Amino acid sequence: MKPLRPVVPNTLLALLVAVMAMASLWWGESSINVPAALADWWAGAHSIGAVIMGQLRLPRMLLALMVGGTLGLSGAVLQGYLRNPLADPGLLGVSGGAALGAVCVFYTGLFQIASALLPLGGLAGALVTAMLLVALVGRGGALVLLLAGAAVSSFTAALTALVLNLVPSPYATFEIMHWLMGSLTDRTLNDVLLALPGVVAGCALLMDCGRALDALTMGEDVAQSLGFQLGGVRGVQMRVVVGTALAVGSCVAVSGAIGFVGLVVPHLLRPLAGHRPSRLMVPAFLGGAALLLAADLAVRLMAGRTELQLGVVTALVGAPVFFHRVILFRKRNMLSC
Amino acid sequence: MLNVQNVGFSIEGAQLLQSASVRFEAGSVTALIGPNGAGKSTLLRIMAGLLPATQGQVECDGTPLQQLTLAQRARLMAYMPQDVPPFPPMPVREVASLGRLPYGESSAQALHHPAVAQALAEVGLQDLAERPASQLSGGERARLMLARALAVQAPILLADEPVAALDPAHALAVIQVFCKLAAQGTCVVVVLHDLLLATRFCKTLVLMQQGRIRHTIPPASLTDEMVRQTYGVTTRRVEDAVVPWDLCTA
Repeated sequence: MKPLRPVVPNTLLALLVAVMAMASLWWGESSINVPAALADWWAGAHSIGAVIMGQLRLPRMLLALMVGGTLGLSGAVLQGYLRNPLADPGLLGVSGGAALGAVCVFYTGLFQIASALLPLGGLAGALVTAMLLVALVGRGGALVLLLAGAAVSSFTAALTALVLNLVPSPYATFEIMHWLMGSLTDRTLNDVLLALPGVVAGCALLMDCGRALDALTMGEDVAQSLGFQLGGVRGVQMRVVVGTALAVGSCVAVSGAIGFVGLVVPHLLRPLAGHRPSRLMVPAFLGGAALLLAADLAVRLMAGRTELQLGVVTALVGAPVFFHRVILFRKRNMLSC
Repeated sequence: MLNVQNVGFSIEGAQLLQSASVRFEAGSVTALIGPNGAGKSTLLRIMAGLLPATQGQVECDGTPLQQLTLAQRARLMAYMPQDVPPFPPMPVREVASLGRLPYGESSAQALHHPAVAQALAEVGLQDLAERPASQLSGGERARLMLARALAVQAPILLADEPVAALDPAHALAVIQVFCKLAAQGTCVVVVLHDLLLATRFCKTLVLMQQGRIRHTIPPASLTDEMVRQTYGVTTRRVEDAVVPWDLCTA
């Protein structure tokens, strides 16, 4: 399939995101007049519509957009930087660090003092993990980053398991497990505001890597000969690591770990957007946002006695899509043999 | 144009390059020749700014390489590496257009830049311009790497074994592209293993062995004794070209 001109997939995906965002605002247990509720909320009125909009639906929609977009974009950037189609934001261990930070807040009981400490703990965990990753990678290249990410990821998973093991109350263990599965339920605008600076700064850093990622498709030597600094404080690797840490860490801190979006979205969109990494970045952000908005809508539509966690739905949707990609890859490899 | 002054490189105690000094002039094709492990690729990568010399320096028109910004260096020198990476399924034209990245052009501008079409024509890939690069053969991929380097339109071209994967006709065509570029004023430095091509088409030979430059000479001055000492094989001259004779008689 021949890739479309960049403006076509970007426009289509932006329209899809807009439709999904509208559906996210419209859909809910209570039937409200959305434009009137939005106007009331904006004017600071205390109508039922304004409360539902400001405290439930708007934060949920904005977080789905931010978290999905960030995961899609960071997946596309990491797959481009590492030249590895299996790369996703979880690979660097930053998601694991954010989860560990949040779990520590649960374990220490700080969560009982103020619920805002939970995302703050997640954010702190993500930043500490990112610093550990940067120190571990040093002047190493993409392979060292991959290994360091695997090491950090395993370490944070082990520590999270340790905390779970030490938690005295089964109720706390349930709460932690529930949080780890990822959700956008009961999030507030404070969560949006908490994640927003990291998401904006991180995504800006990632977006700035496009041309370098294009050059890297020809290997590190060619990329350097084309004028791109790969290592060092101002290098592409640092921008990828810090950008992913800030953006994904901020998202995981408020939503919990949501898997498969970063892995699957770039694969789904390459046939439309092409294989040039810079051309995939905007579609991957929009595609990730649309996918998470759709998954969140599915969670709400399927809600019975127990609401499914968002991370469970994205994994259930993402895994079969990935199986399909694996079969396609296998067929192509057999053809090229 | 490119002045290598007393350059050395060592890593983990191994001295890969020792006190290399040589000048490369504009409008000439220079071949770096020597056996495997002689330090040819190391010297070329230091000249391209990809490896930091642990001793000495490289000057470009009198300016030390490290004083140039990355963008200045990228416009000044095009580099073709020895290894060809596995290409993503991007169209051949799009891969070649990556050579325009140092100029800050948009991808659409780069794609339609005359330098890209010209580079593809020079290496004989113009008919495959829309084919996914992942479907090319090994030789075609090597030619595409060269097209990407040619699209930079830099006054210095550094190519590491550019003809190693090519059939004789395409190897000849590529060497003729280098000669044409040199005639237009480009400084071309190539690592070659083919002594016949090196002696037949290059203006200067830099003979390297064990990390040292042994001789910097015109092809006519390359003697059988020099080749025997460096490669351990005997040669014969066929007109102005040197042929490793052991390959013909073994």
